[in-house]
Amino acid sequence: MDHTTLMFAAAAGALLVAMVMALVRALLGPTVYDRILAVNAFGTKTLLMIAVIGFLTRRPEFLDIALVYALINFIGTVAVTKFVRYRSLGFPVGDNAEGEL
Amino acid sequence: MSLILDTLSWALMLGGAGFVLIGTLGLLRLPDVFTRLHGAGMTDTMGAGLLVLGMLLQAPDWLVMVKLVLIVVFLAFTSPMTSHALARAAILDGIKPWLRQADKGDAP
Amino acid sequence: MARIVSLFILMLVLWLVMSGHGEPWLLALGVASAALVAWIARRLDSVDHEGHPLHLTWRGLGYWPWLAVEIVKANLDVARTILAGPGAVAPAVFKVKASQSDDLGRTIYANSITLTPGTVTMGVDDDGSLTIHALNAGAREGLETGDMDRRVCVLMGDR
Repeated sequence: MDHTTLMFAAAAGALLVAMVMALVRALLGPTVYDRILAVNAFGTKTLLMIAVIGFLTRRPEFLDIALVYALINFIGTVAVTKFVRYRSLGFPVGDNAEGEL
Repeated sequence: MSLILDTLSWALMLGGAGFVLIGTLGLLRLPDVFTRLHGAGMTDTMGAGLLVLGMLLQAPDWLVMVKLVLIVVFLAFTSPMTSHALARAAILDGIKPWLRQADKGDAP
Repeated sequence: MARIVSLFILMLVLWLVMSGHGEPWLLALGVASAALVAWIARRLDSVDHEGHPLHLTWRGLGYWPWLAVEIVKANLDVARTILAGPGAVAPAVFKVKASQSDDLGRTIYANSITLTPGTVTMGVDDDGSLTIHALNAGAREGLETGDMDRRVCVLMGDR
């Protein structure tokens, strides 16, 4: 095995361990915001994982997927946070006229 | 030349993996959601930054380099917004930040 | 108008470096999609000094490297705190003054604070002060020196 392959494999392994740890936090909670935070952190690690796998298999096209994943992870987290807090994605919501978070 | 690049790359990748692991460890062992935000923030900035720097040194062409830099730029713009939205939602939901017993005097 | 043109050029450059294609037919599609994005952004009314802060480009070149160094320092500090265990964590909630003159400046300051591990902005008050959650005393003291506030003011051209 080429030693750069070993390097990317080591990074991928560390990311996998970190992803399991984030999942443990998502399962433990205790509040719903802990779970959202854990899933967001899991998403960040997933996007790094996709990039590392792209280098591991020498297929840089994976980076496009990583970029899209970064954007979806952000929009998804903000949308879920807003939905959990206000039970709605539009505005105005309740006493909060601007639907601001 | 290649040897120097590879060594640097190894150091950056291991450093990045280390920061990702420490940040996630913080996610597990810190006491409440607000303190855990700091741990997650570490993964988004230093962990992602060092891993991407390590990959930059191994990039086959400049198109790959641009995409790697864009990943870090997107993370740098989106990560604070996510953290702030989560902290604000938790505060509005009435979750009190965990404070040390002795410090509770000067809490607002 | 200058902002729309610069947004269009920025989108076109982004399209070029993401795709890497140079054939005339594909290039025409790229120009069309960049123009579409610029048109939609104009219709959304988001191409103003906040949505596309062109005027910050040059001063930003001085600010971002400084912020990157601060982020590295803060990361090392937070890593030490996490590794030291729960006993080292001493969170604090406090307010700092944001002395920027407009919303864009305050947003940049608040996001810079959040991007630096160890401090998270929890809210912005009407009088322009920010509510901060800090992981430990070191992070709090670093913020209360007002260094970052001053640098964001310089970035915005307030001072």
